[in-house]
Amino acid sequence: GPMLAQIFATFGLAVFLRSAAQALFGVDFHLVKNPLVHGRVEVAGVFIGVPQLVASAGALLAFAFLYWFTTRTETGLALQATAQDRQAAALMGIDTNRMFALGWGLGAACVGAAGALLTTFFYVFPDVGGSFALLAYVAVALGGFGNVPATLAGGVAVGVVEVLGGLLIDPTLKYVVVFALYLAVVLWRPQGLFGRF
Amino acid sequence: MARWLVLAALLAFPLVVTLPFPRHIMIIIFLYATLAQAWNLLAGYCGQISLGHAVFFGTGAYTSSVLVRDLALSPWLGMVAGALVAVALSQVIGYPVFRLHGHYFAIATIAVGEIVHIVALNWDYLGAARGLYLPIKRPDSFVNLQFHQSKAGYYYIALGLLLLALAVTRHLERSRAGYYFRAVREDPSAAASLGVPVTRYKQWAMAWSAALTALGGTFYAQYVLFIDPESVFALSLSILICLVAVLGGVGTLWGPLLGAAVLVPLSEGTRVWLGGTGKAIDLLIYGALIVIISVVQPAGVVGLVRRWRARAA
Repeated sequence: GPMLAQIFATFGLAVFLRSAAQALFGVDFHLVKNPLVHGRVEVAGVFIGVPQLVASAGALLAFAFLYWFTTRTETGLALQATAQDRQAAALMGIDTNRMFALGWGLGAACVGAAGALLTTFFYVFPDVGGSFALLAYVAVALGGFGNVPATLAGGVAVGVVEVLGGLLIDPTLKYVVVFALYLAVVLWRPQGLFGRF
Repeated sequence: MARWLVLAALLAFPLVVTLPFPRHIMIIIFLYATLAQAWNLLAGYCGQISLGHAVFFGTGAYTSSVLVRDLALSPWLGMVAGALVAVALSQVIGYPVFRLHGHYFAIATIAVGEIVHIVALNWDYLGAARGLYLPIKRPDSFVNLQFHQSKAGYYYIALGLLLLALAVTRHLERSRAGYYFRAVREDPSAAASLGVPVTRYKQWAMAWSAALTALGGTFYAQYVLFIDPESVFALSLSILICLVAVLGGVGTLWGPLLGAAVLVPLSEGTRVWLGGTGKAIDLLIYGALIVIISVVQPAGVVGLVRRWRARAA
């Protein structure tokens, strides 16, 4: 159906953009030589990289903005209404096509911001998004679709489980732990931790 | 009538075309059409969008290859064993994940697929990340499922697999099970209230789908004679399988074959003509074409054919 066509249109777009990046910038790994933020700080005996701290702060800021936007503004509520019931939303005078475009654009903007924050402590190469995209999908489903704070919880859970799984079990098996957590959660709650549908 | 002419042409193809490359293209078309048809049984007819079908492909490939390596068993017996293991695995996976719907189901199949993928990468008995080389057997023989002199043997076996997948789909399509599959796809609650045992029929569709996919896996292992987790268990393979079916037209008998007939020459063609630049121009064009086809013709090649026919009539 149309859902499948959508999935594959975006898949084709991903292949296109990744190849475009390869054609323009090559396949080499790039690193920002002099990032604006660098160094580390010690918090209660634990060393934390400043770039990582700044990236977390940026991500939390983006979350706060999204939460405010989707729950406190008229446009954000229209966005949620469109997600819940497209026809009913259209009958209330909401331009649902504009809302789809807005949702797509907002999503792309957030991922773009995350990618930019990542460059201060991570390599950049054409396929850099691949592993993150899959984990992001899992994180959203883990929290439950259509809920900003739930996605934050899902993201934090995936990150913590990934790192702890790598530390306590085996680094090569850390994603097994993440995926097993997802399966365990949705078998217990099929709509994710906080999802409504 | 038309379909018998096509079949006759396909049977005669290796007699006329002796160059290895066109034969290779046809073999890959048949293989992907078989895999996409297997996926189509579960996703197209029964509505369960699986993004983890590489699990069954890899199961077929590894089962037969391990049996060839350890017991020197004929790959044909390995093929049957692989299908049986895949069916058993599909029932174990299906029982819990069929409780999920929509995106949650799709991600669960990705999760299972990636778990199997990572476990295979670390499992020494299966050769871990190094993969498995199959011992070369000479001379060419049907029993050993190896043909080094000419690709004709592989050609006819791949065609046979495709015909089997088409026959199974056609049979299920017209049987009670096929109607139940479509009822489950259209509205699971309505189907259940009319007395369709929903989970049992999802499992049934999954079993057929897994078995056919595993047959393709064994064929692939014997064709390439080397398998590793990246080539048979990767998520990209699962996605490619559904891409073929979606481009052709999901939930239709001929969609997967049409999809493979369009997509395989497209990807191989752009690769051969433009792949040598190292700039991924081939993938650039390939990605753009996928976007255009999905946007212009969401019902796939089958939708396009139907529109032409309606206009001609």
